[in-house]
Amino acid sequence: MEGAVVLLDFWPSMFGMRTRVALAEKQIKYEYKEEDLRNKSELLLQMNPVLKKIPVLIHNGKPVCESLIQVQYIDEVWNDRAPLLPSDPYKRATARFWADFVDKKIYDLGAKVWKTKGEEQETAKKEFIESLKLLEGELGDKTYFGGENLGFVDVALIPFYSWFYAYEKCGNFSIEAECPKLIAWAKRCMQKESVAKSLPDQEKVYEFLLQMKKIFGIE
Amino acid sequence: MADEVKLFGMWASPYSRRVELALKLKGITYDYIEEDLSNKSSLLLKYNPVHQKIPVLVHNGKSISESLVILEYIDETWRNNPVLLPRDPYERSMARFWAKFIDEKILITTRKISFTTGKEQEQAMEELSEQLKLLENELKGKPYFAGEAIGYLDIVVANFLVFWFRNLQEALGINMFTKERFPIIFEWIEKVTTMDVVEVCRIPKERHLVYIRTRLEAIKSASR
Repeated sequence: MEGAVVLLDFWPSMFGMRTRVALAEKQIKYEYKEEDLRNKSELLLQMNPVLKKIPVLIHNGKPVCESLIQVQYIDEVWNDRAPLLPSDPYKRATARFWADFVDKKIYDLGAKVWKTKGEEQETAKKEFIESLKLLEGELGDKTYFGGENLGFVDVALIPFYSWFYAYEKCGNFSIEAECPKLIAWAKRCMQKESVAKSLPDQEKVYEFLLQMKKIFGIE
Repeated sequence: MADEVKLFGMWASPYSRRVELALKLKGITYDYIEEDLSNKSSLLLKYNPVHQKIPVLVHNGKSISESLVILEYIDETWRNNPVLLPRDPYERSMARFWAKFIDEKILITTRKISFTTGKEQEQAMEELSEQLKLLENELKGKPYFAGEAIGYLDIVVANFLVFWFRNLQEALGINMFTKERFPIIFEWIEKVTTMDVVEVCRIPKERHLVYIRTRLEAIKSASR
């Protein structure tokens, strides 16, 4: 169980944030290494030769790639504390389904919201909100998706909250107005130290996004 | 209480077939419901309202969707042999990584191959070749992707590559996935296809070729 843990990451990455939250929830000490994605380190290319992407979790010299796979790995290795997945197989399947839903919908739709304009953007905003509403439905009256404590779906989704302000500014809409329960959930998550210290400031993310838009020549 | 297991599937879907293979390997009795994807049943829509897709497993009235999620559910619920996912967390993370790589990256490349021609198609085939080489590396020194016996990743690769892609390449008139180029994978194919339970899950070839050709034509003419 013990052994060096290194995380190759990029501060605004929602995917990296997931792994940060999981490590923090389990109170695992690790070395954080910031990657410059325009100039990837030898270590990154060596540890993730297939996809060459962050985050990469390195445990005892062995790399684990893909954020949700990392979160499950962390949960399975440090299985003596703060469980992220429930023990019941059906509840586990439900958690995996919704984490997969976040992966399939939220990132791409969020990206469309800030990358596009006009009709295309309106459609992206609509679909983005619809997806968030489905997640709200799954949350129901629970404190967290994981019940009384943070679970797999909470960890999968909460990083996107740090990007909501940026999406709202680009799309000129209010996510809270459409999904108040989800925002209430996000704020509850932000009360947790593991989340608060893992997510960047929303303003910083927006500044970063504006810089990216300039670089990519997006208005 | 007797277990009631239903699978909503589609005969030409490698995702549906992978769930069938897992159920058969575990010796689980199930009812199979063939879905007409152009006219989805109200039961399917009820059991998978979010994506409205097959496969969907319904176990004692509770539904599980997304094939890789279903495979893990099967392994965790029916704990008899064969154990599908590796016991070691690191090995498990590798199996999940490669399954995701197949379902996301390799799938995208096969689509590029299906819908392009000439130089673009050649480039896509080159890309697929590289991806398959990476996958083949995972077999080195092991009889199966899962190790000593057939498991999760074998199920995914068998259905995607052996049953589905080999037919796709024939339908497209290309022949890049060959024994000469991928000797280790083909050695593994020989092994897995001797298992009755694997052969029974094979997508029927002639019918599949017709299906692929018809669908490709429909998609191409829709985009003209």
